[in-house]
Parts: sequence; C-alpha cells; structure tokens
Amino acid sequence: MTAIENEDSEAKAALSELYPHTGKARIVGVTGPPGSGKSTLIGQVAKRYRKSGKKIGIIAVDPSSPFSGGALLGDRIRMQELSTDEGVFVRSMATRGNLGGLARSTSELANVLDAFGCDIIFVETVGAGQSEVDVMKLAHSVVLVTAPGLGDDIQALKAGIMEIGDIIVVNKADRANADSTVLDIRNVLELSVEHRGWAPPIIRTIAISDEGTNDLIEKLEEHQTFLRTGGLNRGRIKGENQLLEAVKERLADVVTADLRRDPEYEGIVKMVVSRQLSPYDAAVTLVNKIIGKRQV
Amino acid sequence: MRAEGLESPSASVQRKVRALVAKPGLDSHDRGAKVVARALRDAGMEVIYTGLRQTPEQIVEAAMQEDVDVLCLSILSGAHMTLFPRIMDLMKRKDLHDVLVIAGGVIPDEDVSKLKDIGIAEVFGPGTLTPVVVDYIRRNLKRKS
Repeated sequence: MTAIENEDSEAKAALSELYPHTGKARIVGVTGPPGSGKSTLIGQVAKRYRKSGKKIGIIAVDPSSPFSGGALLGDRIRMQELSTDEGVFVRSMATRGNLGGLARSTSELANVLDAFGCDIIFVETVGAGQSEVDVMKLAHSVVLVTAPGLGDDIQALKAGIMEIGDIIVVNKADRANADSTVLDIRNVLELSVEHRGWAPPIIRTIAISDEGTNDLIEKLEEHQTFLRTGGLNRGRIKGENQLLEAVKERLADVVTADLRRDPEYEGIVKMVVSRQLSPYDAAVTLVNKIIGKRQV
Repeated sequence: MRAEGLESPSASVQRKVRALVAKPGLDSHDRGAKVVARALRDAGMEVIYTGLRQTPEQIVEAAMQEDVDVLCLSILSGAHMTLFPRIMDLMKRKDLHDVLVIAGGVIPDEDVSKLKDIGIAEVFGPGTLTPVVVDYIRRNLKRKS
C-alpha cells in the first residue's frame, strides 16, 4: 500500500496483477462535515458487520497541510475496538494535495483490500463540505453524515454535496435541534433532482451509543439490492471512471515532466509571475507545443 | 495565507515519512504526545495518533497496518519497563524490523540503556525541543527513501 501511495514502479506491476481479483467488495463511501461523527459511526457499523463474519476494510482520508505537506491522521482513534480484530484492516491516508476529498491513490488502495478478500470497504473522506465528489465515483453507496448544530447547518450543504448521498444520516440525534435538522434536509432533498429511482432515506443515529446503527445497515442492504436489480449500471460507470482517472493521471505526469525539461519553461513561468502573460495563454502555448498538431 | 509558504506542487507526491505516536498503558493525559504529533506534522510527516490507553497489541497492529517508518512511544506512568519489552517483542514477531522506535515522557535515566538494549533507538526526556526529535527521526530512519 505504501508503494502505491508513493507511486513506486513496483506498485504499478502489483496493481495490474491484483486487478483481476477485484470487483467483489462492496465500497461504502462516508462523507460529511468535520465533527459529524463519521469515524465513530463507521466503527459501530463495522462491529455489527463483523458479527456476521464479514471482513472489513476501512480507508480513512484526512487532509495534508498545504504548507508543511504533513498530516495528522486521527480517524483511527475512533475505532479502537476494531484495532485488534483480525477481520478488520484500517488504513489512514493523507490527501497529499489532492482536492475532491480523496487521495490520488485511494481507489488503488481499495483495490488492494478488495483483492485480499474484504467484503465491505468503508472509505471515509475529508468532509470539508463542497468538494466531496471523488467518493461518488469510487463507492457503490454513499452515506452522508451530518449532525445538528454544525455551524450553518443544512443551508450550507449546497445541492452538490447533498445529492451525492444515497443515505443521509443525522448523527448526534440526541441533540435538541435534531428534528429541525431532519426537516431541513427533507426540504433540500425535495427540491433536488430525483435520485434516479432511489429516494435517499434520512436516518437518525447516536453513534457513540450505537443507536440507529441497525437502521443504517438495513438501508445499506436495501440500497445494495436496488443497485443489483439494475437501478444503475454502476459497474460500468465505476470501471470507466477508474480508467479515465488513470489516463488523466498518466497524461498529467507525462506532460508535466516534459514541461519541466523544456528550456523555455522557466522563462514562461517568469512571464506569468510578472503578469506579462496570463496563465491561460501560457497554457495554450505550452500545450500546443506538446501536442503539436492539434490546436486545443 | 503566505503563498511562499505553500508546498511546491511537485512535492506532494514525494515519499512521506509515516509516524505512529502511541501511548501505551494508563496515562491520563496526552498533551506531550500531541505536541510531538503536531511537530511531526509540521515537519511534513504523516502522523497517526491513536489516543490514550493503548495496549501493546493495538500499537503493533496499527504500526503494521499503517506501515509506519517510525514508532514514537509516549509514556508517563512509569510502566515502560513492562510495556516496552512486550511491544518490541510483538514488533519482532510481526516482522517489523525496519521501523525506527523512539520513546519519550517520564523515563528515568537509569532505564535508558536497558531500553536501548531491547531496541528503542533513543529516549527523549521532558523538555526536549521538538526540532531535536524531528531531526533525529530524519537522520535515523531505517528505511531508505
């Protein structure tokens, strides 16, 4: 897994070998604002699944500091009881500059866990709010976790983030304003586009005391049935997404490496910095050079 | 926000040092451990902090799953001579030979050499400045980058 994160060359070979063995695991994305209780909730749900003998993988993603490049990965701390359960593997990842909620290699790490026999893989994302769309491409089901009283509450959850939730959880439901939070969500959901045949249920939980966990699992199972009976061809969408992401990554790497070797590159950077050239015009020039024939 | 303080885009994909800060035993507070965790993060490392009251089994399992380069053990309770040998034994059993293990907290000087004998590379007492710890880690990582 470390080799994959560091993009070591042997990692690519290993991934290719693993890939045929993937596709069996169910991937559940868990996203939502910081402090909503995602990690605690995942811990409780995982515990219940363990009782029926399922093997669980958990990938918890936290943001890297844009200044130091380091990260404090503190999700594991909420899943203490799972830490010596052999049927659970928890891996903490830092975003390393990637926007969109996940790290660049999160889906590849999920492939590893899948190939090694995990039945369910939970992917917990950064939860900064508006840009958690990476998880939608990776997961079969997305659980959006929120809690009453988190600042601006639901009004701040713009349509984009709300729509990615297949199941909405109001955690810390023992708080006084839980009812109005549920109502607010319902209103937002009614205004948004119909979820392609699946109406996202709103569930109340109190993760810390393991209340509501059963309801959540029930809804997860229902959603899985919905997907299986042809609600959506997620398999094709996910497969294509993985391919396109891999293509984009490779393109970016190849192009950036070429750019840096170009003797004109430094001069162009200086012109952009001194406002003589806009980055957009510079980009057109540079990309045209690289691609050659095509004008983009 | 100081733009010049931002990491250059190419730096993000560089190999990062992964560290586990762990508190074995029954310590009641973790202020020191958190200070170290933050300092390591500010030095560009990815730090996994697992909180209070960790058992040796939990610590070693986390070190293995997270594939850390360095394990930082923080202890205040005086139980280090019981807990650390158990931890080092488990590390050996799990084949985690290339993890740098350091310790800090309340550890009497006379115990330091015994701890080094079981594989703790260095012990940092109270009052150690965090840059000293960061520097030590950087210079003594067992794994090549």
